[in-house]
Amino acid sequence: MADKQEPNGIVLTEAQKKSRRQRSIAIALALGVLVVLFFAVTIVKGPAVLVRPM
Amino acid sequence: MSVVDHNAIELSPRISEADVADYIALLKPRVMSLVIFTALVGLVLAPGHFHPVLAFTSILCIAVGAGASGALNMWYESDIDAKMTRTANRPIPRGRVTRPEALTFGMTLAFFSVMTLGILVNWFAGGLLAFTIFFYVVIYTMALKRWTAQNIVIGGAAGALPPVVAWAAATGSLSIEPLLLFLIIFFWTPPHFWALALFRSDDYARAGVPMLPVVAGPDATRLQILLYTLVLVAVAFAPWPLGYFDAVYGVTSLVLGGVMLALAINVYRRREGSEALRATRKLFAFSILYLFGLFATLLLEVVAHAVAPSIW
Repeated sequence: MADKQEPNGIVLTEAQKKSRRQRSIAIALALGVLVVLFFAVTIVKGPAVLVRPM
Repeated sequence: MSVVDHNAIELSPRISEADVADYIALLKPRVMSLVIFTALVGLVLAPGHFHPVLAFTSILCIAVGAGASGALNMWYESDIDAKMTRTANRPIPRGRVTRPEALTFGMTLAFFSVMTLGILVNWFAGGLLAFTIFFYVVIYTMALKRWTAQNIVIGGAAGALPPVVAWAAATGSLSIEPLLLFLIIFFWTPPHFWALALFRSDDYARAGVPMLPVVAGPDATRLQILLYTLVLVAVAFAPWPLGYFDAVYGVTSLVLGGVMLALAINVYRRREGSEALRATRKLFAFSILYLFGLFATLLLEVVAHAVAPSIW
């Protein structure tokens, strides 16, 4: 049975954790906006969105 | 045997503490607000019906594209930003964001803004937006800015393109009207930035940027400001007699142009001491109001036409 090991990687400070979380939320929001935008434009353009020149 | 003694290397990767505000600062929000406004005017002036969702998408992509240009500009210019009082507080000189982070951020935004505009609106507008970002970053920032005193004259084309991109987004083509908007911003840029450069010339000299006051001296700059203002006032007035914009715009252009010209003459005449500094600052501040006033008038004309077409 393996012994329980102490984490020996990089340990983030509270400030680093906070800023990383902020950045992650901002990226998630930006991706969410992009998804909503593509969905909305698909609805607006209707069936024409499928009409593509070969 | 390993060439590198791994035990001797201290592995201490830099962990970013940059928050969202630092990344927003990379987008140059004040420049972005002017880009959004001028693009909005280009969009509403365009003929025909343009769906509000597509209009919103177009403005968003143009704004993000402008932000990408700002981030890439800060990536490339971090060395001179650190030497200038006006820019020393930007995220890279302050050590909040590294250059590779700014480069990645800028390239990602540039890619997504161009692709989104191309896919969702049209590829002509997407291509124009890509050209605008390329012109600002490669032609202006990398090539012209450190090389010639005409940097902001030629580079001004990048700042003048947003209403053209917006028109292209709405119509899929180009016409005289967006080119008139382009010319107004193009000829507005030199007097605006040279007024700034006159009272920041020490900053530019320290950073080694060949702005006109540093290279040719303040008096030559004052003459150039006056000459460009004369051309600007004429170019901004011309669309009315040529029949492209209405009388309200023509009169507004004449009044605002008169004030702009008077302030440029004041800068040309007052060359010494605090009076000269005050005259330059006044011209710089008014130039922003001038451009805003012209474009706001065009916007209001379109709104008035839409609300009460019989009166107009």
